[in-house]
Amino acid sequence: MSVVNTKKLCKAYQLGSFNLSVLCDIDLEIEQGQYVAIMGPSGSGKSTLLNLLGCLDKPSSGKYFLDGKDVSSLDDNELSLIRGKRIGFIFQSYNLINQLNVIENIELPMYYQGISESESAARAAELAEMVGLADRVGHRPFELSGGQQQRVAIARAIANDPVIILADEPTGNLDSASGADILSILDDLHQQGKTLIVVTHDVAIASRTQKVIHLLDGRIEREIHNGA
Amino acid sequence: MLLFRLKRTIELGAKSLWMHRLRSSLTILGVVFGVCSVIAMLAIGEGASRQAQEDIAKLGSRNIIIETVKPPEQQKDSGNVEKVRNYGLTYDDADSIRNTLKSAEVTVPVRIISQESRYNSRKVAVNVLGTVPWYEDVSSIKIIDGRFLSAIDLKHQLAVCVVDEQVARKLFTFDDPIGLDVKIQGYYYRVVGITSQSVDSGMTDVFSDSEAVSGSNGGVIGNIYVPITTAKCRFSEFSFQMSGNSRNAERVELQKIIIKVGSNEEVLPTRDVLDSLLSRLHKKQDYHIVIPLELLRQAAQTRRRYSIILGSIAAISLLVGGIGIMNIMLATVSERTREIGIRRAIGARKWDIIIQFLSETLMLTLIGGIFGIALGTLIPFLVTYFGDMPTVITPVSLILAFGISVGIGIIFGLYPACRAANMDPIKSLRHE
Repeated sequence: MSVVNTKKLCKAYQLGSFNLSVLCDIDLEIEQGQYVAIMGPSGSGKSTLLNLLGCLDKPSSGKYFLDGKDVSSLDDNELSLIRGKRIGFIFQSYNLINQLNVIENIELPMYYQGISESESAARAAELAEMVGLADRVGHRPFELSGGQQQRVAIARAIANDPVIILADEPTGNLDSASGADILSILDDLHQQGKTLIVVTHDVAIASRTQKVIHLLDGRIEREIHNGA
Repeated sequence: MLLFRLKRTIELGAKSLWMHRLRSSLTILGVVFGVCSVIAMLAIGEGASRQAQEDIAKLGSRNIIIETVKPPEQQKDSGNVEKVRNYGLTYDDADSIRNTLKSAEVTVPVRIISQESRYNSRKVAVNVLGTVPWYEDVSSIKIIDGRFLSAIDLKHQLAVCVVDEQVARKLFTFDDPIGLDVKIQGYYYRVVGITSQSVDSGMTDVFSDSEAVSGSNGGVIGNIYVPITTAKCRFSEFSFQMSGNSRNAERVELQKIIIKVGSNEEVLPTRDVLDSLLSRLHKKQDYHIVIPLELLRQAAQTRRRYSIILGSIAAISLLVGGIGIMNIMLATVSERTREIGIRRAIGARKWDIIIQFLSETLMLTLIGGIFGIALGTLIPFLVTYFGDMPTVITPVSLILAFGISVGIGIIFGLYPACRAANMDPIKSLRHE
């Protein structure tokens, strides 16, 4: 069963009288448990596609089925709930909240889902342990290294057990050693059966995935299936 | 669940505020001064007006006071003529009021003579009030010891007197005045009672500019009450004045007539009847009618005006505080744009963002409100202590000030919060 399914997905911006088409006719199908990379030169529409898949943006036309549900016509409130419950974001610049410590950052998505404090605290501790930060739970983001921050971000992304995890250049700001750490965690998540979509420039990362989608000028140029 | 969210929201808000301690405390300060000035101003205004009202209320709201005033001088001749000017209220006036005015329950004639009173070697200046036993009914004085004048005193023109506290203290010091004799103008009067301090004679002067009473008010420390019949035969109704070459004599029978009516509603109609009655008897304008009830109403009106003015000055400072809050919150929102984007991306609804920022603003104003109330209740005490001004803190002003500060938190917090909630998550995530 496909977790992500888009039908002629388009995104266009109206700039005065000029209609700027950023994405056009994207037909995408990603299966449960697949590890997918999205590649392409800058300006090819990678980020826009990721925003659409992440329900941060609404398509101008076309349909988007997430986990079998049409999300292209939901209102802001419903989209927020879907983002919190079914999607996990990992950003290039970590995007942790500075005034909160590690545990509180991991708890935040659960807080917005209304999960009780005791339950979310237990789950957050578990996740911190999983990403290897059990001894750092009381620290604030600025007291952590880049690699550690990104691990917190991963823990936060999977807190609500989402159906897809979206990663935007997850190793872009990291040195190669920390980057390798992060990639091995992503591999682990893939092994556990999570669906991962990674936007990257790095061919080495793309080679770890099962499917690479190349974008060019807002269209899918080609899809390459690795190995399998 | 709801409680948990509330607790969590407060925790998160407190953390953000704590991150910017200086900014938060400066913002709070604006509210503190706003709330504090509302409470303090209202307390000072209330205190000032209540004092005035109490003083007026002592004159009795059902009383009508008619006072003798000196009519304007007629410049008829300027020779060395010795003449007697007759003016003022008379015993006949008192009788005709008693006989014709149905609504007057009590009519009290009062003669006031400023005199020196002596006991042994001590002497003090007093007002000798010649009056009747039912003077008690129209006055706020209370008997502390002994008794007031009686009908028998009046009928037999007895040489008895009642002194007020102040006189008793100054004249007799350590002795119990009752049964002792006071010497006034060569005659002795036996003290039969002591009354509390009275404000009547002094107070009406303030409102009527009466000269008849306060001829030599300088050192007068209190009142001595004697039967009016006694006063009539022992004290002269004439007074002499030397001015240049002329020697003027004046004759005044009564300085005051006090009337008490049955109810507050009868006061004004009675005044009108009284005025027409007296204007027939007195061709010269030698009397003046004082109505404490009317003064009371004027005072109430003044008080309202006073409160409104002070209140609005204070409200402006609250408003300034509120604008300060809005300013800071707008700055905070734009500074935390990225945080808002992150929160939105991981599942926060618009409503969650509104609640977050609104609760931060409310926290600021609540803390400001509490400190403001503390300071606002302290300042009136200091004003009373050092400034010797009465102040009254009404519970209403506390609730009002606190309510306003919370209201300001909501009103001035709502716009920044909505602005935060309506930001585009994608743009905010990209915000540096």
